[in-house]
Amino acid sequence: MFADYSWGELLSIFAMQGFAGLILFSVFVLMALGLAIIFGQMGVINMAHGEFMILGAYVTYLVSRLFESYAPALFGIYFFIAMALAFVVAGALGMLVEWALIRRLYKRPLDTLLATWGLSLILQQLFRTVFGAREVGVTIPQWMMGSLPLTDTIEVPINGLFVMALAMGISAAIYVLMFRSRWGLQVRAVVANRTMADAVGINTERTDRLTFGIGCGVAGVAGAAFTMIGSTGPTSGQLYIVDTFLVVVFGGAGSLIGTIASAFSISQAQSILEFFLSGSMAKVLTLLAVVGILMVRPQGLFALKLRK
Amino acid sequence: MTEKTPKAPFTGPSRRAFLAASAGLSASLFLPKGLRAQDFPTAAVNTTGLAVTDSDVTVGILHSVTGTMAISETGSVQAEKLAIEQINAQGGVLGRKIKFVQEDGASDWPTFAEKARKLLVDDKVASVMGCWTSASRKAVLPVFEQYNGMLYYPTFYEGLEESPNVIYTGQEATQQIIAGIDWVTQNKGAKTFYLLGSDYIWPRTSNKIARKHIEKLGLEVVGEEYYPLGHTQFNSVINKMKLKKPDVIYAIVVGGSNVAFYKQLKAAGIDMTKEKPLLLTISVTEDEIRGIGGENIDGAYACMKYFQSLDNPNNIEFVKAFKAAYGEDMVIGDVTQAAYLGPWLWKAAVEKAGSFDIDKIKEASPGIELTTAPEGYVKVHENHHLWSKTRVGHAQADGQYKVVFETADLVEPDPFPEGYQ
Repeated sequence: MFADYSWGELLSIFAMQGFAGLILFSVFVLMALGLAIIFGQMGVINMAHGEFMILGAYVTYLVSRLFESYAPALFGIYFFIAMALAFVVAGALGMLVEWALIRRLYKRPLDTLLATWGLSLILQQLFRTVFGAREVGVTIPQWMMGSLPLTDTIEVPINGLFVMALAMGISAAIYVLMFRSRWGLQVRAVVANRTMADAVGINTERTDRLTFGIGCGVAGVAGAAFTMIGSTGPTSGQLYIVDTFLVVVFGGAGSLIGTIASAFSISQAQSILEFFLSGSMAKVLTLLAVVGILMVRPQGLFALKLRK
Repeated sequence: MTEKTPKAPFTGPSRRAFLAASAGLSASLFLPKGLRAQDFPTAAVNTTGLAVTDSDVTVGILHSVTGTMAISETGSVQAEKLAIEQINAQGGVLGRKIKFVQEDGASDWPTFAEKARKLLVDDKVASVMGCWTSASRKAVLPVFEQYNGMLYYPTFYEGLEESPNVIYTGQEATQQIIAGIDWVTQNKGAKTFYLLGSDYIWPRTSNKIARKHIEKLGLEVVGEEYYPLGHTQFNSVINKMKLKKPDVIYAIVVGGSNVAFYKQLKAAGIDMTKEKPLLLTISVTEDEIRGIGGENIDGAYACMKYFQSLDNPNNIEFVKAFKAAYGEDMVIGDVTQAAYLGPWLWKAAVEKAGSFDIDKIKEASPGIELTTAPEGYVKVHENHHLWSKTRVGHAQADGQYKVVFETADLVEPDPFPEGYQ
């Protein structure tokens, strides 16, 4: 399979595929971070994660339409406002859902799967009623289109770079929040031992609500970022949910580092395989490899050590 | 049949309202003598126990209005309802008003089969307009053959099928593909092709025919690739295309994946307006462009039989009526137009047969002509597909196609092309 290409071509293939893999990696990180926070820290299987992403995407769509109609001069920066708004809206809905639904189910983690699945169906129908069944797309600001040529054969798409920067920024923010802030300490204490955390005066209810809200908010931002790549329809969230769970489970539920490591290995494997085999075959082989590794190491790549 | 075809069947909103209001009172005055219900006693035109009374006839509409296919099938439902409404405004079929029962296939093939059975057995509908994916059609086909129903199927599809119980109002693979490839080779001097598609039956079969035809012309396929439905990361294949430098990217990506593909193509610096490489697709209609964004697909070429921008009196009336019924910002794609033909073709067949009997309709269908179709003149072939023109559209930044080529004659449908299987 290498024989068809010259050395120079192979070099640029690996450079470009490595880059494509990095973009895919960023996408996976964006998709999985919110879920990893909720699933990992709270043990809640949030089947509606995809719909929270789509909510962020629809918010972005609305903001882009508003800017197009009322402030075309500022169109270049609408995206940042849309992302912030997507975080707020998805986060607020997340907190509402936690308050109305999830907090009653903490002792029955499997039931959260059913409850959030129902929620995802409700949200899908809501999107369909409000925005219609057809997919919508947003216009990307001019500066985000096109690519930077590094050499004759190696070019880097600008929106890919943007998604990468975003993924890094959000990962860093989550890291600081989790491991360098008082709130993060509380979350980790609640995860380690809920009863004890309660006893030493941590407001576990508030911690749970905030955690869920932030997880959903991050999903919203991911959705906003995806409008640059794909389109938005009521059921688009379903496309992402399987990949997202795959990344989180493979990385080891509960470990943010594991999520990032697993996103990296899956995306690089897929991107390199895609070049030399067909697209569908790459997906199949990646899945097989993940299943194989999970059979040997059911806890995933990285596992939290918890006292149960 | 032509002599019975009304001169202006596609009417604007005000005219339609007027006709609808006055139809009951005076339809029989306007219509040819042979079309009054009393001239066709129910006992004579309905010998097989269908849902036909002295005043009305019931048909079925079977599409997905929920689930992932709802996005595509919504337009078909709208077009079929519009056609039924217009036929009723003109006095109906054999003097009977069309009523419809709508069922939801819910993007689920077993559900399609179940609902088809319900429509044929319980509702005894006189015909069904419906289905979109090949999978749903394959699921309902045995039902229609077992209970002897009539299906009007609107989507362009891969061919390799012919059923007496189905009228295929979209194009089959050869009508779309071969004309398109001939056009790029003759007019754009294309020598090398890169084939790309979603991974299921329609793109794979279409690309097989495309590859055979390209090789028959002595030209070269430099790459062929499939991605799962819903895939959104095309960076790798775009990189490959950049290395292989094909003259033509031949893309049959379907659904939401299209949006990802065209956005990433543009982001990767491939400018389709320069036509180097040129992009030719048979899967992107005006509907998909709404999601993709006109600026992202500007300069691509699409090969199909209908574009909303077609400049003929039938189409201008049709677009006007469609927008009046469903909103100014509606767009009409190839399949929507094909769906619109269903009720009209059925009406023509019933009137030619002088009966609602399915067997008589099957027999009467070949040879039926429609001079009033938005796409222009069409005719039903012996194999139950339509003779139709093939056109090449050039995508514009405003989301519409400009027609740059159309075949001089109608292209004969050939669902089992010899040497291409």
